[in-house]
Amino acid sequence: MKTSTTDTRLGLAVTLAVAAFLIGPVILSVLAGLTNNYFVGLSSGLTLRWVAEVWSLYADTIWRSFAVALLTLVICTLVGVPAAWVLTLHHGRLARALEELLTLPVAVPGLASALALIVSWGTVSGLRGSVWFIVIGHVLFTLPFMVRAARASMQGADLATLDEAASTLGATRMQRFMHIVVPNAAPGIVTGALTVLTLSIGEFNLTWLLHTPLTKTLPVGLADSYASMRLEIASAYTLVFLLMLIPLLVGLQWLAARGDRPISTTRTSS
Amino acid sequence: MTDPVAITLRGCAKTWPNGTRALHPIDLHVHGGETLALLGPSGCGKTTLLRLICGLEQADTGASIRFGEDEISQLSPEDRGVGVVFQSYALFPNMSVMQNVAYGLRVRNINASQRERRARELLSLVRLEDYADRRIDQLSGGQRQRVALARALAIEPRVLLLDEPLTALDAKLREHLRVELAQMLRDLRVTTVIVTHDQDEAMMLGDRIAVMSAGHLEQVGTAEDLYREPASDFVAEFLGTLCRVRARLHEGMLIAGDDTLAFRPHEVQLCAAHANVLTGRVLARFFLGSSVRYEIGLDDGQRFPVVAAAHSQYAAGDDVSIALTRTAAVAASPVATLS
Amino acid sequence: MKRPGWMWFAVPAATLFLAFWLLPMAGLALIGAESRNGQSAYWAVLTGTQYWVSLFNTVALSLAATVATLVVSLPVGRFLARHRRFRGRRLLISLLMFPLAFPGVVVGFLIILLAGRQGIIGALTKWLTGSTMVFAYGMAGLFLGYLYFSLPRCVGVLTAAAEQIDQSLLEAACTLGASPWRRFMDIELPALTPALIGAGAMSFATSMGAFGTAFTLATQIDVLPITIYNEFTNYANIPVAAALSIVLGLATWAVLYVAHSLAGTRASAGA
Repeated sequence: MKTSTTDTRLGLAVTLAVAAFLIGPVILSVLAGLTNNYFVGLSSGLTLRWVAEVWSLYADTIWRSFAVALLTLVICTLVGVPAAWVLTLHHGRLARALEELLTLPVAVPGLASALALIVSWGTVSGLRGSVWFIVIGHVLFTLPFMVRAARASMQGADLATLDEAASTLGATRMQRFMHIVVPNAAPGIVTGALTVLTLSIGEFNLTWLLHTPLTKTLPVGLADSYASMRLEIASAYTLVFLLMLIPLLVGLQWLAARGDRPISTTRTSS
Repeated sequence: MTDPVAITLRGCAKTWPNGTRALHPIDLHVHGGETLALLGPSGCGKTTLLRLICGLEQADTGASIRFGEDEISQLSPEDRGVGVVFQSYALFPNMSVMQNVAYGLRVRNINASQRERRARELLSLVRLEDYADRRIDQLSGGQRQRVALARALAIEPRVLLLDEPLTALDAKLREHLRVELAQMLRDLRVTTVIVTHDQDEAMMLGDRIAVMSAGHLEQVGTAEDLYREPASDFVAEFLGTLCRVRARLHEGMLIAGDDTLAFRPHEVQLCAAHANVLTGRVLARFFLGSSVRYEIGLDDGQRFPVVAAAHSQYAAGDDVSIALTRTAAVAASPVATLS
Repeated sequence: MKRPGWMWFAVPAATLFLAFWLLPMAGLALIGAESRNGQSAYWAVLTGTQYWVSLFNTVALSLAATVATLVVSLPVGRFLARHRRFRGRRLLISLLMFPLAFPGVVVGFLIILLAGRQGIIGALTKWLTGSTMVFAYGMAGLFLGYLYFSLPRCVGVLTAAAEQIDQSLLEAACTLGASPWRRFMDIELPALTPALIGAGAMSFATSMGAFGTAFTLATQIDVLPITIYNEFTNYANIPVAAALSIVLGLATWAVLYVAHSLAGTRASAGA
């Protein structure tokens, strides 16, 4: 059924306006980070000096964000994939309760979770000032996403039946988990991994409260630079951040597109 | 393979957590080396019974399951040594055909070269030697079924269980594989239990058939026993078509009366109508190639089918009288009055 | 199948959660009951006018931003659902979804670029009228910020929901004589209502809990997350900060729970 042209025109106009609103400032920011002088504008020439300055000022935050993201990913995978499997197999009340509970750190503002952590664990010597304090916060926030992505894969591939088959063949639980569950849930785990990395690199609300001057991550550095640095540096820093995000987002999009063509394990033809 | 073991079930019942009874206490004995078909409509509990045997479900307390002399009801599925072919085949997509077949040997820590040898042996048994390195999604339905069978047999199981092995395949393939499977099972001499809802499959594949309904075992016996002497209405109606007519038998002919007669459509002989016996009318005639099927109606409204030889020449509208060559066991429940 | 055996696999996750979130949260809730000046912080929070003003600001702003987001997202969702094959569609959708990954700080910065002292809008208005229009640093800027991070989420949910509308229903209505407006009101809108409520609740909860955005724009904006932060950092008034956090946390969780049951998706609170 054809849509009326006014409907289409209106829809297109609003869509383009929204896209402009969302991407316009991003482009501005990218340009600001690459222009010699923002006030003069593009005529002052493009340069990488601001990016270089950002690197000299904030390189440690960039490395730290990578490190935190990777540590978070490792813990999320080791803890989350087995948990996802348990949630796939069990349908009882206990399992559903665990599932709901795991998403609480996401439903509640990061501020509250951070406060709770500080009040309870902030007095443990050595923990408060270490990167691990931040990693813990990130793990709590990103774990549900890994669990959810892994579960989606496990349910889609009907791993429960494969697990039964492997058990009749004599495999122990751990063997079944490593030989059958993990390999077949790989697409979901990879999606979950990319999501965890993206969320961790961009996490601010928790990290701002949890950080110390020695454990700054990239978003924390960004907040600093917005408050105290000139516009060009702040923009260049933002540019670096966006560059870190883009490969992850592209990867996620690519995986999502692949997910639309599932590898079928059943066929009805002979 | 070692001597075939017998399966003995005693008092096996299954109640779900929400209270529904899937199985009432069942006693069943499967002879060593025989193939028993569990036959019944969906929901009768046959798959549940199968899962009890392989350990994927736990029976209610008081049940005893023995393989030969060993009591195995407390063992987990990993320890029972049962080969299972699942309805969906449950082949592992992350492994090749060869790796799938060899999986049971891998978890028993058999070394790689021995595993490969045995896997190839089994693949040639199911005539898939050339497919050893294929991925699962490259196989057709019939091929997957054979891989699943090879995988279950690779572990030299004491007992082989097949859950609706041919249901997922289309009709022509099913017919062809039925014969193959029957032959293979006879050659292997492993104690086998097959679950199916298809009576032809049960009759072809099973040395004996156990008919189930609503969690109960209705009757166990050979196909011929069940067909000729059904122990209940259910069995009689499940295996083949059963005609039930309110009439009386006199010297082999149907006359008016109030007995309930049960018989198979091809146990009827139609002849010319004559006095003193019940007259029926041919309502319809269907030529089916190897036979002819008539729809016969009586004056009081009763109707039943009759299957005759291909050369039978009655036409719609003819009056006939009905002779029975043999009756099945008289059905206990009266025929509903047709008004 | 011995099910209990598998439960061990969930122990690491459960332990982590218990030790680092559940018990600390319970601890926080208890601290909120501690008293300063003779009354428990919860009481102080529920009776203090400055907190009510803060709450009112947060709710009003979040509500306004949510309504605006929904009103704008609806035509976008319908458009994208109707036209599934045109050049550049994939790129357009990527551009619309890209900001989903931005933390609140970055959103705040982008709003400053847009409407701050050196912002593009300021430059435009200066060129047009001679006076620079700056509104990034107050409630207006925060409103734009909420809009910025809510739009991608809502557009995503609404597009998916609009794509699922059975076209044959609209065709049937058309043959029965319904005008485009009636088709929209009687068929499309009711079909989209659960998604609208779900997306709206998600945006509302996220805005309520938004800290980074407000923090970047100005620490003087009077919304709850900033109030909590100030109580904690500047006044070291931990019981009040705790009490406010618990109240805010309960509120956002409740709203998201409703969103989840209606829209079937999960979201996070805070940007």
